[in-house]
Amino acid sequence: MPQGRSPILELREITKAFGGVEALRGVDFALYAGEIHGLVGENGAGKSTLMKIIAGVHPEFSGHIALDGREVRFRSARDAHAAGIAMVHQELSVAPDLSVAENVFLGTQPTNRFGLVQWRRMAREAGEQLARFGIDVDPMTRLGDLPIGLQQLIEIARVLFSGARIIILDEPTSALSPPEVERLFTTLRRLRDEGTGIVFISHFIEDILRISDTVTVFRNGRKVHETEAAATSKAALIEAMIGKGREALEETYAHDITLPPRGNRPVVLKADALSLARSVQDVSFEVCAGEVLGIYGFMGCGQLELARVLFGKIKPDSGVVLIDGDRKAFASTAAARRAGIAFVPESRRAMLFHQEPVYKNISISVLDRISALLLKPARERSIAVRQVDQLQIRPAAVELDLGMLSGGNQQKVALAKWLSYPPRVLVLCEPTRGMDVGAKNDVINIVRELSAKGLAIIVLSTEPETVLSLADRIIVLKRGAVVREFAGEVVSKDRLLEAA
Amino acid sequence: MATSEGVTASVHRGGQRSAAAILRSQMRNIAPFLTLICLSGFFAIASPSFATLDNLGNILTQVSVTGIIAVGLTFVILCAEIDLSIAAIANVTGIAVAYFTLQESYVNIANVPLPGWAAILLSLALCALLGLVNALGLTVIGIPSFIMTLAMMQIAAGISALLVRGQIAYKVPDLVTTLGSGSIGGIPWIVIVAAVMLLAGHLVLTYTRFGRYVYMVGGNREAAEYSGLNVKLILGSVMVISAVCSGIAGMLGVAHFGSAQQNEFDTYLLDSIAAVVVGGTSLFGGRGGIGNTIVGLFVLGVLNNGLDHVNIDSFLKILIRGLILLAALVINVYAQRLRARAAE
Repeated sequence: MPQGRSPILELREITKAFGGVEALRGVDFALYAGEIHGLVGENGAGKSTLMKIIAGVHPEFSGHIALDGREVRFRSARDAHAAGIAMVHQELSVAPDLSVAENVFLGTQPTNRFGLVQWRRMAREAGEQLARFGIDVDPMTRLGDLPIGLQQLIEIARVLFSGARIIILDEPTSALSPPEVERLFTTLRRLRDEGTGIVFISHFIEDILRISDTVTVFRNGRKVHETEAAATSKAALIEAMIGKGREALEETYAHDITLPPRGNRPVVLKADALSLARSVQDVSFEVCAGEVLGIYGFMGCGQLELARVLFGKIKPDSGVVLIDGDRKAFASTAAARRAGIAFVPESRRAMLFHQEPVYKNISISVLDRISALLLKPARERSIAVRQVDQLQIRPAAVELDLGMLSGGNQQKVALAKWLSYPPRVLVLCEPTRGMDVGAKNDVINIVRELSAKGLAIIVLSTEPETVLSLADRIIVLKRGAVVREFAGEVVSKDRLLEAA
Repeated sequence: MATSEGVTASVHRGGQRSAAAILRSQMRNIAPFLTLICLSGFFAIASPSFATLDNLGNILTQVSVTGIIAVGLTFVILCAEIDLSIAAIANVTGIAVAYFTLQESYVNIANVPLPGWAAILLSLALCALLGLVNALGLTVIGIPSFIMTLAMMQIAAGISALLVRGQIAYKVPDLVTTLGSGSIGGIPWIVIVAAVMLLAGHLVLTYTRFGRYVYMVGGNREAAEYSGLNVKLILGSVMVISAVCSGIAGMLGVAHFGSAQQNEFDTYLLDSIAAVVVGGTSLFGGRGGIGNTIVGLFVLGVLNNGLDHVNIDSFLKILIRGLILLAALVINVYAQRLRARAAE
């Protein structure tokens, strides 16, 4: 880090809790002008929370922020923006129905003295800015018509050219192709040389090492390591991220796991060369009866899209899904369900009916098996009671509205709805995300039991622990493509992270 | 019927939840019922001619056509969609059934007289077809129902105009005449038809698999899709159901009014939507039902009828109706919020 200068931004003793859970504990952080500062850490380590505090998104916290040595307190993102701090958030936040030019100038459209937008000037300037960034699009195109990666680039461009002195980029490269990443890096270096302070968050440690001057590692809401990028390595950073120390060992699967050898069980589902726009690229794999296939990758690696292709929610551009050797082209999720595929998305909200009782949530996916025309409430309830019993859903009251259950129990209901008539293939996205240890273990045990009964299971997760604790075989996705398969060999969290 | 679902639900929950919480979560069912009681009480005191058996019969007859349309509309609103073409489809179906019936010689319409059963079947096919177009526009092309049915409103009005060309037809098949304007044992057939259709709608929504799907799609469409339901088929079906209910109301309405002409049903669009929403069926889908719609029908019926019994400036009545509808909408949206909070 540059010596002998005072930082443009300095944070001291930042602590932030969300509903009793501490996301940040006494973090100090300094950013200098003309520096690119890389941040790494696992999901939930506190990187994004800290950056959102800087950008004024979370106004409630304890600690001090000093800008140019003067103490400041941002009450909103607007305040932070006015002070010259701009952030590209992890989730795309563009206006897809507006033109490219309007997105570039969002909120700052050039106007004439009557307050009317100067369209021609806006289009011209937007075109020039984007061209500097190596993007060649018609500024009047509707942004939503462009590929996601390009939309992300345009959002980044907007922030980079906003004139901010401090720029925060949260996971900016997840949807970008290698040449686009290069262009981004060239621009970032130029801005740095012009004196801008840049924070760069990424799961891609190679990217962090290449672009950063300084790297800071977060773990469990604490800053655990800060180093010059030139003086460290990928392995050292991964070790700092996971923590080889005593504190987290039993929880993190940092130790090696030996995957079982592949038996010769029958293949149930085969994905053959699935491709979808920019998110899934030529992905092929097989899942056997009684096998749990883990699909691991960082956020934005295409696994959510892949899962939706398998369940007929999204139509792939090319490639086929075969079940028991039969080619299937699912026109709808209903068709996928009838073909024996069960799906639990990463968001419980997207899966469950919070204002309906538990038994209706459990019976919904099998209703056509238990009743032709008329409902059979007694049968529905008995099915629900059996599932509640088997999966130990608490409280064990099937008449209770689902919304009154805890997150972990809701997740069990999301599983339960598929199990009264077992499917052939179970696709689980992030099955243990945001759950406490007890509920996590329950879900892990349920999945193992189902697998032992001969179900083919696909677990997709961005959490290495989840995949390691469940999978018999693991494939790693990176930018939409399969980059590594672990089968019948020793694997550990380090190795997974290394591969992704 | 209005609160049957609510009552069973609260009985099961009684142990865990306070009375206030139950009250809050049942606001949607309680508020319209209270409105109905208050309105009836007010008019009974204000006018001696209101609270009579004869007048009850009047109210029932007056809400019958709206009631038949509201059956189908309840399905649509439960799915968090809307159908603005109901009145126009009622109108065109009523005109069609007259068009296929032999008219008196002084009626100057180039019509196509057919046997009564054929006229009825063709008219039913017409409204089902228009509903199917709504369904395809919504599900296959992806046009929001608000816009799709707005277009259908014009299309149906256009077909009506072409069929009658500004003329008025009077004759409809005998069966339709009987059901629309006849009575049995002092009870008008149209009231019986409305009651039977409301009952059928309630049974379908409460006791069939399809009815459950309607509630689930309305409650959380994304979750319904991720549960492997054929959401498009369900949405398409409710649009067809709505159109057919409107068509039946249109045929009987023509017989009831004694004539078939352009723009005859215009007021039924707002009345039907008002009946469903005033009754407490959620505009956001998934909550409510035919029981609510019946309460809503009575609120509207009592209001319209009662205002005729008291001495009020007839121009003021329109404003009063508007204000009552606004109040119901406020309660509808507010009830949704209270319930969401109660669920947390």
